[in-house]
Amino acid sequence: MTSLLWGALFGLLSGTAIALAALFGVWWERKVSGRMQMRLGPQQSGPAGLLQTLADTIKLVLKEDVTPAAADPRIFRMAPLLVFTPVALSLLVVPFVTGWAPLDSGVGILLFLAVPSVSVLGVLLAGWSSANTYGTIGGLRGAAQMVSYEIPRTLSVLALVVVAGTMRPSAVMGAWRWWWLLLFAVGFVIYLISSIAEMNRGPFDLPEAESELVAGYFVDYTGIRWAIFMMAEYGGMLACSLFGAAMFLGGTNGLPGLLGGLVLLVKAIAIVTVIMWVKWSFPRFRQDQLMRLAWKVLTPMALVQLLVAGAVAVAWLR
Amino acid sequence: MPVEVESRRPVIDELGREVDELVVNIGPSHPSTHGVCRIIAHLDGEIVLKAEPVIGYLHRGIEKMAENRTYLQVVPLTDRLDYVGSMYANWAYCRAVERLADIRVPERAEYIRVIVCELQRIASHMMGVGASGADTGAATVFIYAFEVRERIVELFEMLCGARLTYNYVRPGGVSADLPDGWIERCREVVRWAPDRLRELDTLFFGNYIAAERMKGIGVLSETDAIAWGATGPVARASGVLFDIRKNDPYSVYPRLDFRVPVGENGDCFDRGRIKLLEAIESCHIVEQALDQIQPGPVAAEGLPRLIRPRAGDAYDHIESARGSLGVYLVSDGSPRPYRMKVRSPAFCNLQLLGQLAPGHTVSDLVVILGSLDPVFGEVDR
Repeated sequence: MTSLLWGALFGLLSGTAIALAALFGVWWERKVSGRMQMRLGPQQSGPAGLLQTLADTIKLVLKEDVTPAAADPRIFRMAPLLVFTPVALSLLVVPFVTGWAPLDSGVGILLFLAVPSVSVLGVLLAGWSSANTYGTIGGLRGAAQMVSYEIPRTLSVLALVVVAGTMRPSAVMGAWRWWWLLLFAVGFVIYLISSIAEMNRGPFDLPEAESELVAGYFVDYTGIRWAIFMMAEYGGMLACSLFGAAMFLGGTNGLPGLLGGLVLLVKAIAIVTVIMWVKWSFPRFRQDQLMRLAWKVLTPMALVQLLVAGAVAVAWLR
Repeated sequence: MPVEVESRRPVIDELGREVDELVVNIGPSHPSTHGVCRIIAHLDGEIVLKAEPVIGYLHRGIEKMAENRTYLQVVPLTDRLDYVGSMYANWAYCRAVERLADIRVPERAEYIRVIVCELQRIASHMMGVGASGADTGAATVFIYAFEVRERIVELFEMLCGARLTYNYVRPGGVSADLPDGWIERCREVVRWAPDRLRELDTLFFGNYIAAERMKGIGVLSETDAIAWGATGPVARASGVLFDIRKNDPYSVYPRLDFRVPVGENGDCFDRGRIKLLEAIESCHIVEQALDQIQPGPVAAEGLPRLIRPRAGDAYDHIESARGSLGVYLVSDGSPRPYRMKVRSPAFCNLQLLGQLAPGHTVSDLVVILGSLDPVFGEVDR
């Protein structure tokens, strides 16, 4: 009974956290891209335009919820949740504070890598059920891409597990030493690149490629359902940055309580900023180039990283 | 590299059954159709088997409307042809009228025309390069390109009050002389612009992903470029050295020293980058023209309000940002043209889409369309 309550509480909290993160993330992205493009970004509503995204949310909630006549209505309505829920769940194992995570599981890392993969289904179903050619192409692209980038991503995190000797995220964070930065530099870059590809952001935003597929798999979605896709994207960015900061960059650095949490958050925002920086400076890949990068560059490099990590673990740590 | 299309037809699925090609309707309202182009794309997965451009969504009957207006009243109509580079259509039309009615244009007016049209070339190419950036997903390239365009549009605003449809070049000269301080402002801009253009070159054409996306895509051979009547940057990217400013010199171009950049591969990369190189070259042309320009009248003297050319016909062409822009006028001696026909480079270049796209992916389709740089005001007329 208590675990059920705990689960409900977490669901509520993580949903709220992601919604807030999306509000902040959209505002931050507008500001970052504005700076890069000699613009100011939002500035009229609220201090520094902070309330702009809130106003946008109200608009989105009030919009009509349209289901196209040709769409498969049940799947069409369910798909956004299938994308969003796994992303929200993955926040469960992030060690927000030194030595504590909402679910401090011994297989937390596995959960973090495996659960968000389910959102591939949502992307595929959203594209397919909307009975739209753009949506179909977007959904298929999304499925191929997300499945492919799972592999280098998992391998790069696996290297950490080998050295730390545990799959408990809080324990990995506790075992972090400064020389991990050097040892896992390549792994971190691979993790970052494949995470960007996982959440379908530029330069890997082929499934939604605005200039080609208009909006790809969510082209037919309106209002709050569209907003759920957006929230999933920003939630994914938040989860990947928090997890990356906790695993690769030392997370809380062993600082107690809220202070440690703050350090983690600052690191995560730095990663988010880099992700936005990349998106706004690079053109988009093409499908075949994307696959080539995953299978011919990132996967072998991740394997080498794993090998090096294994050698280090055997030679010095055991 | 494009795949062989015919070998993929008919489309067979894994179980050996013949299946329909996926027909995707792109446009007329779509983020990267550069206006209102519609493309019917037949796909096998991601591969384009056939791409048919459908035009006419912006047809306003400008050539027909011209028949009911006096020669001077047609000038604002020509603004609406190539709305990214209105000065060119103004000038091409005015040259045809001047040829038809034997009007002599004062030298200062010729210099002003060259200056505004070379500035227009930079502004127009910035739109083309920026849109190519947006097509490949690089939104920042678009904004960087627009910074340069904005400075030039501000100069035009000083000249004639308009930012898009200038109605500045008139039969016999230009509508007004350069305002005070304009030459200094212009000199500042063309001295500042080349550095910004080189920066844009590094940002976009120097980017690995951009190069990978555009090199070897939509290759147009030299012979095909000539056979399909391609002109402007599209033809020059394929190695065809054809520029009316050099091949059939007009106005004061013979007195100006400039190079015409020519590409080698005829792919999207060359078609895009050549625009940037041309824009840098245009900065030098403007600087020379600003040095050479002398005071004097800017409109032909004794020109009546109502121009009544003798019966006959005239054709004249100029090198616009998109290629050879020609205007053919027939006069029956009345104050209104009997017939006007525009040879628009964008129309001729656009027909290449159906030739270049098959075998490439959908992603390449929009890049190829962007590299042809059509402006639909001019295509549909």
